[in-house]
This record gives sequence, C-alpha cells and structure tokens, in this order.
Amino acid sequence: MKPAPFEYHVPDSLEQALGLMRQYAGDAKILAGGQSLVPAMNFRVAQPGVLIDLNRVSELSFIRGKGETIHVGAMTRERHLEFDSSIEKHIPLLTEAAQFIAHPQIRNRGTLGGSIANADPAAELPVLALALDARLKAQNASGERWIDAHDFFAGMFTTRLAADEILVEIELPFMPPRTGWSFMEVAPRAGDYALMGVAALVTLDENGKCKNAKLVYLNAGDGPVDAKESARLLEGEALKDAVIESAAAMASEKEINPFGNIHTSIDFQRHLANVLTKKALKQAAQRAEESLQ
Amino acid sequence: MTQSFPVTITVNEKIYRREVEPRLLLSDFLRHELGLTGTHVGCEHGVCGACTILFDGESMRSCLIFAIQADGHNITTVEGLAKDKDNLHPVQQSFWEAHGLQCGFCTPGILMTLIPFLKQNPNPTEDEIRHALSGNLCRCTGYQHIVDAVKLASEKMKAVK
Ligand SMILES: Cc1cc2nc3c(=O)[nH]c(=O)nc-3n(C[C@H](O)[C@H](O)[C@H](O)COP(=O)(O)OP(=O)(O)OC[C@H]3O[C@@H](n4cnc5c(N)ncnc54)[C@H](O)[C@@H]3O)c2cc1C
Ligand code: FES
Ligand code: FES
Repeated sequence: MKPAPFEYHVPDSLEQALGLMRQYAGDAKILAGGQSLVPAMNFRVAQPGVLIDLNRVSELSFIRGKGETIHVGAMTRERHLEFDSSIEKHIPLLTEAAQFIAHPQIRNRGTLGGSIANADPAAELPVLALALDARLKAQNASGERWIDAHDFFAGMFTTRLAADEILVEIELPFMPPRTGWSFMEVAPRAGDYALMGVAALVTLDENGKCKNAKLVYLNAGDGPVDAKESARLLEGEALKDAVIESAAAMASEKEINPFGNIHTSIDFQRHLANVLTKKALKQAAQRAEESLQ
Repeated sequence: MTQSFPVTITVNEKIYRREVEPRLLLSDFLRHELGLTGTHVGCEHGVCGACTILFDGESMRSCLIFAIQADGHNITTVEGLAKDKDNLHPVQQSFWEAHGLQCGFCTPGILMTLIPFLKQNPNPTEDEIRHALSGNLCRCTGYQHIVDAVKLASEKMKAVK
C-alpha cells in the first residue's frame, strides 16, 4: 500500500524544527530514519497530517566525548554507532548490541533517537539506554530538559516526550572499570526482531566479587524490562554457577512479563530468557575477570 | 491530490528534475517516474530487500524513503552497474556464471547490497557473506548459489586490482 497524503516540512536547523513542532504540536510527527514510521505509513497504520523531516538538521548528527561520557546526537545513524571507535573502547556493550539491530541497509538509515523515541519493546536501543543509565535531552521551542532513561519509557510505543518536544541528544556514561558485558538474543532470522534478548553488565570489586549488576530484557513486557531484583541477587557474590542460575530463574519466571506472538509462546520466551541470562552472565563475568588481570 | 514540489535527483550519474508529491516513495519514483524498473518492490515495509538501492553510496531500502528526501542526493540503481550487456559488473558476471539467480526478482536488491559490502570487505568469509545477505529474501535459490556467486565475485574483483 501507499502512504496517505501529508504536509511535509524539511527544516535545516534545530531552531526551525522546534518552531514547526510548536506550530503543529499534536498533528506533527518527526521523520528521522523512517525505518519504523514509513512502514507504518505504507500500511496506513500511521497517518500523520504533518511530517517534520530531521534529515537535513546536521547539528543533530554527532558522536562526541565529554569527560567520562559520550554524547550522541539523536539523528546519528545506527550504523555509525556500530563502527565508532570511542564507543567500542568505552561502551563495548553498545558496539556488540548494535549489530543485532535489523539489517545493514536499515542501520544505514535508522537513527539512535528514532529507535529510542519509538519505544518498541522488541528494540535493542531502548534496552541499552536502560542498561547503560543513559540520559536523554528533550527540547521544545521554550527550553530543554534532561530525562533519565529509567523515567523515559511509558509503555508500548509510548514515552514521556511532550507533543512539541524533540529528542535531541543522548548521554551515555562510560562503562565503569572492571565491568564485563554481554548482549544475547534469539531471532528467527539474523536482523529480525528478536523473540527474547538480554543485555547483561557486571562490575566487580577489587576482590573479584560482584559489586553491581544489570539485566535488561527486550520483548519481555510493554517496554524495555529492567530486572532489578534479579540483578540484586548477584551483588556481593562471587559469580559462580549457582547464583547465576538463581538470578536467571528469578528474572525469567518473575520479573519479565512477555506476551508471546505469532512466532513464540510465552513459555518459550521465558525459557529463552533463562538460557540467555545464564549465558550472558557467564560471558559478562568472564570479561570482567579478564579486565582485572 | 496534494501539492507537488520540484526535486533534482542524480540517478546513475544522470540528473533528473521532476515534481513530486511528498508521499511518493523513492521506489515508485524510480520505477514509475523514471522508468527504471530494475528496482523491484516486494513488501513495502523494509523486510524483503528487493528495493535496495545506493543512497550516497550506502545500501538502503528505497521503499522506506520518500522521493522528496532524495532531493540533491546521489542514487545508484541496478541499471547503473553495467555499461552495457557485454560489460557486466564483476558481481553481475559472477551471478551469471555461478547461477546466483533463478527468477531474478531478488537479484537487483542483492546486487545493490553486495556492492558496498564487497568494497568494505573484499575477502569475506562464508559466514560474513551469509550475514550480509540476511536482509534480502530469495524464494528460489536456497541461497547456496548466491553465496557461491559472492565468493566468485570477490575473487574476480581482487584479480582486477
Ligand atoms: C525490516 C526491519 C527490521 C527491523 N529490525 C529491527 C530490530 O531488529 N531491532 C530494532 O531495534 N529495530 C529494528 N527495526 C527498526 C529500526 O531500527 C528503526 O530505524 C528504528 O526503530 C527507528 O528509528 P528511525 O530513525 O528509523 O525512526 P523513524 O521511523 O523515523 O521514527 C520512529 C518514531 O519515533 C519518532 N521520532 C523519531 N525521531 C525522533 C526524535 N528525535 N524526537 C522525537 N520523536 C522522534 C517518530 O515520529 C516516529 O514516531 C527494523 C526496521 C525494519 C524496516
Ligand atoms: S520492497 Fe522495500 S524492502 Fe521489500
Ligand atoms: S531468484 Fe527468485 S527470488 Fe531470488
């Protein structure tokens, strides 16, 4: 099918874009990479009256180091995240996970800001935003505010952005020292949305015990699911099989809430979560130990 | 009918000036406005890969870009690969020789995926080839001969250098 007619605006500065958002608030949608929005428009699931295309706002496309953080412009293509050397050095979890997002042809166009604003529970980048404790900068014509990623997602395809706000920048802290990481998912075909996936991070103390852990899941609820209780089981522990198995069991049985879909039952998703959590925690623990040596 | 806007788009090194409605997809612009029907349309939601083209040299889905967004940009389609039918691009020649196609519906999208892939990775392993092809569906070949054709292409392209 073909998209319904819409009014098209293509600002070439952020200021212009914000002005248009104020003018059309409520009727307008941002067009970023279009890799989620255009399919929805082709199917007429989405019929926005006005599109504001950010592809010519070059000031929103950057990857910049700032102290112990990396700041990324919302219009940065997913493909650039995958190949950025400062991200690979300081936030290797993101480099590893970026390769699971769709196919190279989609990553060449899709953006970091678009994926986070889209808040698809099956998407990788919202999971990464939680796992990495990202902060998100939202701006409208009258000002800007920073939102903690943990407060940003508000359910299926829903965020706390106001109708006239644009997500402009994402702040990603460096992964702390002695941190191991892993990203694992199972998809029917490489590049498809995954049936289940997990990002795992473990930070060890000087004695090699777990100081801090994170387990965040995709396709496991109505947004990215941060399994805090399960991760807490690991804290203060040496990461042996028994405690890893308890955390995996708790996360997969209690903390996630998958819905199932045409490709998978809920039970199978829970089973995958259990298996993936154990594998991911073992890999993360091993990488953290290697960084101690 | 909504309003149309003028665009200037370079396709296969030729400059085209046209008026387009904002909702016109780049895939339909190439096929219906320019008559370049080598770019195929399978699904119109980004899944099948048949419509893959190069946008400023990078492979992208032409069904997920509006033609108006290509204003001022450089597009390459499958028609841009060979000078004429006796001078095929090495990747096309390899598909011919290794039987990398049957009905040919998926072929243009696969070729346009492979051109930048082989540039970035001139010596791909079989795993890397299969991964690169994961965004293109083929209903005929079972992929084996496509993988063979990519291997042959990488050898041919090395020999040329
Ligand atoms: C075949 C296929 C497979 C895919 N597989 C995956 C996958 O496995 N994993 C995955 O994560 N994604 C997948 N995607 C989606 C892809 O990663 C998208 O690019 C991404 O989710 C959305 O980014 P975008 O820049 O294309 O956003 P768009 O499609 O342009 O926008 C998405 C939504 O966010 C809004 N928006 C965009 N940018 C902003 C902003 N800066 N401020 C406020 N609102 C904004 C838009 O208005 C729209 O509602 C797939 C897509 C396709 C076509
Ligand atoms: S027609 Fe564009 S990906 Fe299928
Ligand atoms: S050759 Fe027929 S779809 Fe690939």
